[in-house]
Formats: sequence, structure tokens, C-alpha cells
Amino acid sequence: MAFTRIIGKTCGFIGYALQTACITHCTFEYVGDFVMCSGPSMEPTLQTNNVLFTEHVSPRLQRLRRGDIVICRSPSNPKQNICKRITGLPGDRVRGNFPRRNQVVPRGHVWLEGDNSSNSADSRTYGPVPEGLIRSRVVCRVWPLDKISLMSQY
Amino acid sequence: MWFKSVCKSVLLGVPIGITFLDTVGYVARVEGISMQPVLNPDSKNTDYVFLSRWAVRDYNLRRGDVISLVSPKDPNQKIIKRIVGLQGDVVNTLGYKTQYVRVPEGHCWVEGDHTGHTLDSNTFGPVSLGLVNARAAYIVWPPRRWQKLEAKVPDHRKPYLEK
Repeated sequence: MAFTRIIGKTCGFIGYALQTACITHCTFEYVGDFVMCSGPSMEPTLQTNNVLFTEHVSPRLQRLRRGDIVICRSPSNPKQNICKRITGLPGDRVRGNFPRRNQVVPRGHVWLEGDNSSNSADSRTYGPVPEGLIRSRVVCRVWPLDKISLMSQY
Repeated sequence: MWFKSVCKSVLLGVPIGITFLDTVGYVARVEGISMQPVLNPDSKNTDYVFLSRWAVRDYNLRRGDVISLVSPKDPNQKIIKRIVGLQGDVVNTLGYKTQYVRVPEGHCWVEGDHTGHTLDSNTFGPVSLGLVNARAAYIVWPPRRWQKLEAKVPDHRKPYLEK
């Protein structure tokens, strides 16, 4: 008797853990999640080790605008994420680096730049970024506590 | 009372289903003629393929894999193509800006099997691996076409220089 009860309890616990994991996955994938950013490329807006709350809804609906800060898969390494500001939407004329000085952002792409333009590897280095790589949009900073602030411009 | 329990099971079941589709894989219909003769060999019947999300979880892709990826031109559209070149390969292109292209780091060169009737890397250049969505593993429908999709590059499309 005791044995069946233990089996039943274990199954119940595993089921509960599975449910929780699935709900967490869906929330983080479709609603929003927390990201810790590192690196100097977005200074002075964001510093290293700031924790940001990001939402996944507007990239999915393609409601991206100039000035939004987005989390995006790095074009040269899909396992790495980058945090940059959108400075050009399709059709905009932008200023790149040496080989192609002036160019127009093609359809389905965006132009990303870091706020710290002297110390940032961004679209000026690797060109326009496909919109499909954008994962989420930064809404606000939640850590450190004395610097909580909204990051979107409404 | 039964209404409450139905609501509860739907609320708990939907996230489990979505997670399964996101991590393991799902079945999708193939449209268009760009992958003939492997997929959609006659234009009347469309094939359904099983797209394995699990296979691309750490972006370990081989030359010849049939993959589905988000179109670089339109983020709402998914396209299905074959990987011809991985990062570091030199690919002999068909009508791209330059005759030979070295595939940059973190990118791959994708082409449809139906040369000339496909919109692929020969138009939009190398694509970033981050756009890869899943690997097409099996044709699952219609039943008489059930088969595994082999990873092989057509001989005339082998990369000029493999890294």
C-alpha cells in the first residue's frame, strides 16, 4: 500500500513540475522575460549588469519603431544575444562604415546601433539585421533598484 | 462545476502543448515548387513534413540538411531550403553579386533544389543561423510518400571549398 502511494505521489509531483516548466516556457517565450545585459555598447543608457524586463509581443506583431531598444540574436553567433537601439526601419537611409557609406535599409531588415557609438559592434560593422532575429523589446529596467525606469518612449 | 474543470484543464493543457511544439517539433505543409523533386514532386499534391525543433537546439547543422527558416525579407514568412554551405565554405554562386562567396561566421548558404525556380541565398545572400527555425526530418503525408529526408547536397552544388 505504502509503495503505491509513493508512486502516486511521485507521479503527481512530476506532473506538477512539468506543468510549471511549460507555463514558464510559454510566458518567457510569448509574453516577456528578464535579461541581464553586459558590455559597454549601450552606455550611458544601460550599464553592465542592469536587469531589464523585455516583452515579446511587439516584435511578433512587427510593431517596432525607431528608437526602441531590442534584444536580438547576434547575426554572427546565434547563441549570443545583443542589445541595441533601432535607428533605421526598412526604406530609411542610413550611414554605414567604410565600404558602403550611405545605404538604404532593405525590406524585412532593421538598422541597429549602440548608444555608445565609439565602442559598439553594430549594424555599422555587420550591416542591416533581419527582423526575424529580433527576440524582444526592452520595456523597463528593474535592477539596480535606484535606477528603475521605463525604457520606451511613449 | 464541469465548466470549471474544463476551463482548468484547457488552461493547463495549452501551455504544455505549445511547449511540446516549440521544443520537439511540429508538422507543416510545404508550399511551392522550390524544393522539387524532393518535396512536392507533382504540383497537385502538397507534402506535409515533420519539422524537428529539437535537432536545431544548439545550431549543429550539416551540409545538405533541409531546414525551415524565417525569410530574411519577410519575418512573417517561413521558407524551406537546403543548406549548401556552412561558415567558412566558399560557394560557387548562381547569379549572386559575386561569383564566389565565402560564407561569413555564423551564417549558412541555403538553396532550393529546383534551381532557377527558387528564391534563395543566390538572391538574398548568406543567411544568419539565428533565422533557422527547424530541420525537416520526415515527409509524413501523404502516407505513400513517407520517408526520411536525407542530408545530401546535389553533386553540382557542392561548395567550391569546404572548411
